[in-house]
Amino acid sequence: MYKYIFKRILLMIPTLFGAAVLVFFLMRLVPGDICELRMAGTGQYFDERALQVCREQIGLTKPLFVQFFDWVWGIARLDFGVSMWTGRPITEEIGLRFELSLQVAIMATLTATILAIPLGTISAVKQDTWIDYVVRSFSIAGIAMPSFWLGILIILGLLITTQRYFGVPWMPPIQYTPIWVDPWANLSQLIWPALATGYRYSAVATRMTRSALLEVLREDYVRTARAKGLLEKLIINRHALKNALLPVTTVIGLEFAFLMGGLVVTEQVFNLNGLGKLFVLAVTHHDYTMTQSLVMLVALVFVLTNFFIDVFYAWLDPRIRYR
Amino acid sequence: MAVTEKQVAIAPQVDETEETRFTWGEVARNLFLRKPLGATGAVVILIMVAVALFADFITPYNPVVNAYDKIHEAPSAEHWLGTDQFGRDVLARIIYGARTALLVGFTASLVGATAGLILGVASAYFGGRFDLLFQRVMDIFIAFPLIIMALAVVSIFGTGTQNVIIAITFPFVPRCARVVRASALAVREIPYVDAARALGFNHVRIIMRHMIPNVMAPYLIILTAFLGQAILLEASLSYLGLGVQEPTPAWGLMLQGGAEEYAESAPWIAIFPGVAISLSVFAFNLFGDAVRDTLDPRLRSD
Amino acid sequence: MSRFRIRTTIAVALAFAFALWAAGPAAEAAPKRGGILKYVVPAEPPSYDGHRETTFALIHPIAPFYSVLIRVNPDNPASPTDFVCDLCTEFPQPTDGGKKYTFKIRRDVKFHDGSPLTAHDIVATFKKIIDPPKGVASARKAFYAMVAKYYAPDDYTVVFELKHPSGAFIPALGNPYNFVYSKKMLDKDMRWYEKNVMGSGPFKFKQAQPGALIGGVRNDNYHHKGKPYLDGFQAIFADKQSLRVQAIRGGRAYIEFRGFPPKSRDDLKKALGDKITVQESDWNCALFITPNNKVKPFDDVRVRRALTLAVDRWGGSNYLSQIAIVKTVGGVAFPGHPLAATKQELEQLAGYWPDIEKSRAEAKRLLAEAGFPNGFEFTLHNRGVDQPYKIVGTWLIDQWRKVGLKVEQWVQPTGPFYSVLRKSKNFQVSIDFNCQSVVNPLVDVSKFISDDRAGNNYASYQDRVLDELFDNMNRSGDPAEQRRLMRQFEKRALDEQAYTFITLWWYRIIPHNSIVKGWKISPSHYLNQQLETVWLDQ
Repeated sequence: MYKYIFKRILLMIPTLFGAAVLVFFLMRLVPGDICELRMAGTGQYFDERALQVCREQIGLTKPLFVQFFDWVWGIARLDFGVSMWTGRPITEEIGLRFELSLQVAIMATLTATILAIPLGTISAVKQDTWIDYVVRSFSIAGIAMPSFWLGILIILGLLITTQRYFGVPWMPPIQYTPIWVDPWANLSQLIWPALATGYRYSAVATRMTRSALLEVLREDYVRTARAKGLLEKLIINRHALKNALLPVTTVIGLEFAFLMGGLVVTEQVFNLNGLGKLFVLAVTHHDYTMTQSLVMLVALVFVLTNFFIDVFYAWLDPRIRYR
Repeated sequence: MAVTEKQVAIAPQVDETEETRFTWGEVARNLFLRKPLGATGAVVILIMVAVALFADFITPYNPVVNAYDKIHEAPSAEHWLGTDQFGRDVLARIIYGARTALLVGFTASLVGATAGLILGVASAYFGGRFDLLFQRVMDIFIAFPLIIMALAVVSIFGTGTQNVIIAITFPFVPRCARVVRASALAVREIPYVDAARALGFNHVRIIMRHMIPNVMAPYLIILTAFLGQAILLEASLSYLGLGVQEPTPAWGLMLQGGAEEYAESAPWIAIFPGVAISLSVFAFNLFGDAVRDTLDPRLRSD
Repeated sequence: MSRFRIRTTIAVALAFAFALWAAGPAAEAAPKRGGILKYVVPAEPPSYDGHRETTFALIHPIAPFYSVLIRVNPDNPASPTDFVCDLCTEFPQPTDGGKKYTFKIRRDVKFHDGSPLTAHDIVATFKKIIDPPKGVASARKAFYAMVAKYYAPDDYTVVFELKHPSGAFIPALGNPYNFVYSKKMLDKDMRWYEKNVMGSGPFKFKQAQPGALIGGVRNDNYHHKGKPYLDGFQAIFADKQSLRVQAIRGGRAYIEFRGFPPKSRDDLKKALGDKITVQESDWNCALFITPNNKVKPFDDVRVRRALTLAVDRWGGSNYLSQIAIVKTVGGVAFPGHPLAATKQELEQLAGYWPDIEKSRAEAKRLLAEAGFPNGFEFTLHNRGVDQPYKIVGTWLIDQWRKVGLKVEQWVQPTGPFYSVLRKSKNFQVSIDFNCQSVVNPLVDVSKFISDDRAGNNYASYQDRVLDELFDNMNRSGDPAEQRRLMRQFEKRALDEQAYTFITLWWYRIIPHNSIVKGWKISPSHYLNQQLETVWLDQ
């Protein structure tokens, strides 16, 4: 077992390194650099010397490989550098947004789970009946709608409905307050993106619940239980569901990992100062160090998640270890 | 992503005694009799394809010519879905937009999934170091965020439908490759494949004639899953400004920019393209689900 | 009636009439103190140093913390010539043949840390702007090319000596980015102000949540007594325009200082009626079409003239002003400025003829003469921002279609757009723009002079005639002479040579919550943002 774990850990390294190389060189292929963007943003006249000073201060004038080596060496020493746009340490920039992204991710996952498990169960138990069709249509509608469209409709809906019924238009707050400071303000801002995102991601989990449960329901021990005369409901709740939950939690875990930093469009629509927005800003500003760090973060989360899942399944099914 | 590696990997433990190839007739029959949802999806898709093909004949208005005296008109007998901020008929743009959507959707999915199929099977077949290396490269691309890839493609090659297709194809290849590889690993162990290798059959021949046909099921499942996602990705990229550009009619493009501004006073500009996207992705998903249910023996309800 | 009664009645009536007359027109409400002004800002500035940055995103949240030497009059910000003192006591007249300006500095100004502000702080500030030391970036250094020397003969006097008289000096001095910094801090660290805020402005720095907001609180020791009226402000960052509009609609913010498109104004008005006040003004930004003069066929002046003749600016203004933030048809100088062309003068220029059919016929004729009787195809390079770039781009393509030119748009995100426009220049025709803060046409038209002299000429041409006209305009002290030269300059640049030409000037629309009072719109979103005159009527 330990050999398997060790091998898996070793395999993470080339992936991470490959991602690092890819992001480093890909970003520099895109024409235009951060200093130009900073100065030339308005079409106003500006001084070329200021541009040069800016470049030197950031380190863009050093040879490419030197920049790459500096960066990689920095990561090895756990020094992630500073953002090229603001000059603040990257850990600080990410830390500022981490809380909000985490909270939205947790709330969205909760929403998805609350929706997915009951719906998936009903859908499996009543397979191929009209209930099944309705449930599946409902959950697929979630992924079919573009996330930003849903977001726009939600905010607009809130504004128009509150104005019509209460006379005063209401919209979610546009600035973040931590939940321990003012829970009402915090929740009234974050519940909407959480619901929108949760609804979208519940579709995958619903489908997973449904298929996993269907598979379990065909198992011999379930047939035995039925033959014994046990109530169908009891069978499902006590025996089937528990075993079906394994792949379901896998899927939910995977989705959660991607929700951190993956909500690029949703954060734009709801004006959330999270990792997704940071990502978009970093890319549009050509902030190389920030983009690189965020990509590495995403890659790390991805690689770690896969690692834990692999190890978990290897623990469950020993045959996998010898592949 | 809709289908995870684990879910499908456990599935086709290929048993040589079972009939692994489905005739198209059987599939169609299964679909329509047992999967009304899937059938609905298929019908909607066919309608979309028909609309896209015959766009020139069914639209009375040109979708790109501006008409400055008719901007923001509400839906009426003349313009069934109203006009947008340039005075262009929204219905005409949606109809032509179907063309763009299907073009982007089909091309990106087909190219992406097929490339993934070949690469995944090859990787499973050759195994060893090649497989290890290949898996890492695929992992890198899966972990890599789409927006950077799209920005790079757009900046280096320019915007436009073609380059959007390229940008969207990128994330599909490794995801399909991964899933297909898992299935192909099982196929590799089949005695007759082993025998073929022992007999010294050409690698390419073995891959093409023996391995690929046996992983058709996961391939088709993934392909239909990608179709809907490609359309959504195009919409997202357009929203971020990296997608198809004016004046090409495209649903994602119609939702970007003007739509948000006019969402209150001219909601038809925002609502209808959104409905079009949702409906088509919905249809593709229903159809894809039905295909998967049919091809995946465990999920049959008998 | 008795005589007594009549006389009393008349007396009362007269008294009443007199009272009415004395009261005058309904007096404006007196400003109320208190309240926090919440406003939305489209972007966050990369640093806090006004001397270094060029984005308006720095002005909106940071300008309230600082004082400047002179500034556009907050009570009359629409005027391009009305400058008043902020830190000086009275506006000086130039002496020594127009080459010397002596500013007397107020004695009651304190920085937010309590230290007094003297002429030495001002000199240190301008040293950073005009002669920055190595490793310090100053974005507007070239605006002060006419300055020979500047010094503080005593603690409360600052003198500027110019190399020659220049009508461009005062507007340059009054640039809203010239925050006055403390010499003490600058001596400690020239880059201290990039990450820190410490000024002498109406508001003191309170908090900054990166990515989210910047907040300020009233400076009780502000040198303009009685101001500011607000208790404080919160500048909230919100990227998406639709969200900013919604924020104002939903009461999450009261105002946005850049500008909204016409539809958003209409929506807000319709939804909230009187609760929304709208201020509008011409904007000191213009959208240009820049053909690449070094690339065939745009090196042929006939083709370039055809490009501008095909565009119906007068008609387009009507239509585009309903959906985009452009409106006014103008020449090289800010519309409404004394140096700008009148309507009659404009109508003489190619592209501004009142008869568009005649104009397009001429365009087709020129194209045929240049060897393209059936038009030709080319690509328009554009920036991936909706307002107004993509909208105007789509409209232009439609205009050019009418003379047989088939155009495709090549849209790029902002970064690559600038890189191609400024550096690689591998475009055929590009959208371009010219945005300035203080309205200063003598300097703003530098965009048209030869590209080895201008800082923002991307059309790749040199024209010494234009250069000479430009220099003469800037050396002349006589407004009539300046105007005459400007007309010649305009004719050559836009009409005869059509090197690069203007589509429309932008239009600034600010719908805001009616409780916000005391803020007057100006032609530039960089001006009048210290917020000391703003008060909330609640």
